[in-house]
Amino acid sequence: MTPVLELRDVRKVHPGTPPVTSVAGISLTIHSGELVAVVGSSGSGKTTLLNLAAGLDRPTGGSVRIAGEPIERLSDRGVSGVRAHRLGVVFQRFFLLEHLTALDNVATGLLYRGVPAKQRRQAAAAALDRVGLGHRARQPAGRLSGGEQQRVAIARALVGRPAVLFADEPTGNLDTVTGAAILDLLRELNADGTTIVVITHDAEVAAAGNRRVELRDGLVVHDTGGPA
Amino acid sequence: MTPRSRLRAADLLAVGTVGLRSRRVRAVLSMLGVAIGIAAVVSVLGITRSSQADLLARIDRLGTNLLTVVSGQSLAGSEVPLPATATGVIAGTEGVLAASATADLHGPVAARSELDTTGGVGIRAADTALLSTLDGQLAAGTFLTEATARYPAMVLGHRAAQALGIADLAGDPRVSVGGAWYAVVGILRPVELAPEIDSSALVGLAVAADRLGYDGHPTRIYVRTEVARTTEVRGMLARATNPQNPSQVMVSQPAEALVARLAAADAGTALFLGLGAVALLVGGIGIANVMVISVLERRGEIGLRRALGATRGHVAVQFLVESLVLGAAGGTVGVLAGTAVTHALAYRHGWQPLIPPLAVAAGLAAAVVIGAVAGVYPALRAARLAPTEALRTA
Ligand SMILES: Nc1ncnc2c1ncn2[C@@H]1O[C@H](COP(=O)(O)OP(=O)(O)OP(=O)(O)O)[C@@H](O)[C@H]1O
Ligand SMILES: [Mg+2]
Repeated sequence: MTPVLELRDVRKVHPGTPPVTSVAGISLTIHSGELVAVVGSSGSGKTTLLNLAAGLDRPTGGSVRIAGEPIERLSDRGVSGVRAHRLGVVFQRFFLLEHLTALDNVATGLLYRGVPAKQRRQAAAAALDRVGLGHRARQPAGRLSGGEQQRVAIARALVGRPAVLFADEPTGNLDTVTGAAILDLLRELNADGTTIVVITHDAEVAAAGNRRVELRDGLVVHDTGGPA
Repeated sequence: MTPRSRLRAADLLAVGTVGLRSRRVRAVLSMLGVAIGIAAVVSVLGITRSSQADLLARIDRLGTNLLTVVSGQSLAGSEVPLPATATGVIAGTEGVLAASATADLHGPVAARSELDTTGGVGIRAADTALLSTLDGQLAAGTFLTEATARYPAMVLGHRAAQALGIADLAGDPRVSVGGAWYAVVGILRPVELAPEIDSSALVGLAVAADRLGYDGHPTRIYVRTEVARTTEVRGMLARATNPQNPSQVMVSQPAEALVARLAAADAGTALFLGLGAVALLVGGIGIANVMVISVLERRGEIGLRRALGATRGHVAVQFLVESLVLGAAGGTVGVLAGTAVTHALAYRHGWQPLIPPLAVAAGLAAAVVIGAVAGVYPALRAARLAPTEALRTA
């Protein structure tokens, strides 16, 4: 089976004086159906790694393959296409369009695939149901609670059935109880077959039989999935 | 095959107005400059067109082919006699349709009664064809005829009738001229091209000769020419009037003043159009300014859209559409406001309101172009933003 994500000796150096190396040479292979918890102290390179793996940033060296597509050989347009069709992203901040309804926010997840509006809405309604917010579909996103907003953001990332769902500290802006519910949701989604890479400080997700990748100074220091 | 990002054309408008819908007040304020500029342009062109159409219609109605002949020696407004034969010679000149003699009788005045000391109204002898030569109209009664021209009958000019306090012919009004009574048989409507007729009391040539000392020398002759030959005829009238001393004859074209007003209106239009153009420029800069701020504020949205698969092009197009919509909205509001102003002013002046379709089309086109141009720089800035940068700094 081809891996959904394949990183080979990926490095990221931010130019400047002095240049900052945030990812120092990481190889990582992630297969369909995995739930990967990325952990590490602040500044260890977690966000940078996720941005590289999600095609939001380009590596200084090494290669990134997303769903078989070699990112370094694609143009900016090409990488955009991979993001539109293969990936879903959730951030610590929700980045919702606050005056649009929850439904329309979720539907935006299919906007750049060229899906007609009606089908986008249908898929969005299903995705909202999936995250338990079907009853909030017509609410303006700005009026939802933090936990609800993050669910909308997850639904938006899910709505196109991506090959991988990335989440960068999705509970960082939420209280413990709400955050735990969001992590439960991610686990459920994974149980349903969604491949998920989540940056988290939550020990439970990071333990609990899932694969755990620990970073330090831009390198993988521990990977329970073992070296690829 | 590598999957491709795609934004449907049908979604462009909705995507391009997301920012406007969430910041309505700002959207309205930012398009105001363009709206004011377009309103200025449309209303100036509309008002000019309406007033010019009115002026043209009046000139058309009055005719540019009316000439007046007076003596060039007249001093301080009082008319000096022309040769007695002048009217006949002029009437026989080629290109002349009609010539009517009038003579300012200077001395006698018409008054309500002998005892009236308010000064009264000046009397002018006129031939019976004057009304048709001037293309004038009666407010009441009849003009002088071959019959009434022999009798003490009088037709009052519009202002003369007002001065004498005679509004209509009810009760057979009479006026006194040095103790003799004259019956008022008609009252004229204003004659725009001959204001001296408005302020006169007109009597027939025959009765003027019999009773008021008219010596057969006209002082002012009205000439109607064939339209195409007006200029040609104008050049010949001085010699026809006074072959010995043509330089003492003054020929004028009363409609000239109105034609001059047309030209004056054009000059004013250019000035206001210039001001409108400046307002448009400022409006365009205003839109660009607001758009740049909006791009800075919406880095998070831009980063998110890139994460959802938007290309640089999609982001650029979104902001370009937004700017275009602002321009088009400003243009639409401006056209409506300009039309309203034109209608209001036309109504006040009694003109028929006319908005040149070209002004509307050009106004809208200019607004859209301004919106597009104003949007280019902000759109490029938005497109240049790297996704991680946008998300990190939002
Ligand atoms: N654009 C950038 N320019 C310069 N340095 C950067 C840039 N982005 C990240 N870094 C540096 O790279 C290192 C790793 O950053 P990163 O954001 O990946 O850490 P992180 O593990 O996500 O930390 P946190 O847990 O605090 O979110 C940090 O030292 C950071 O300062
Ligand atoms: Mg981070």
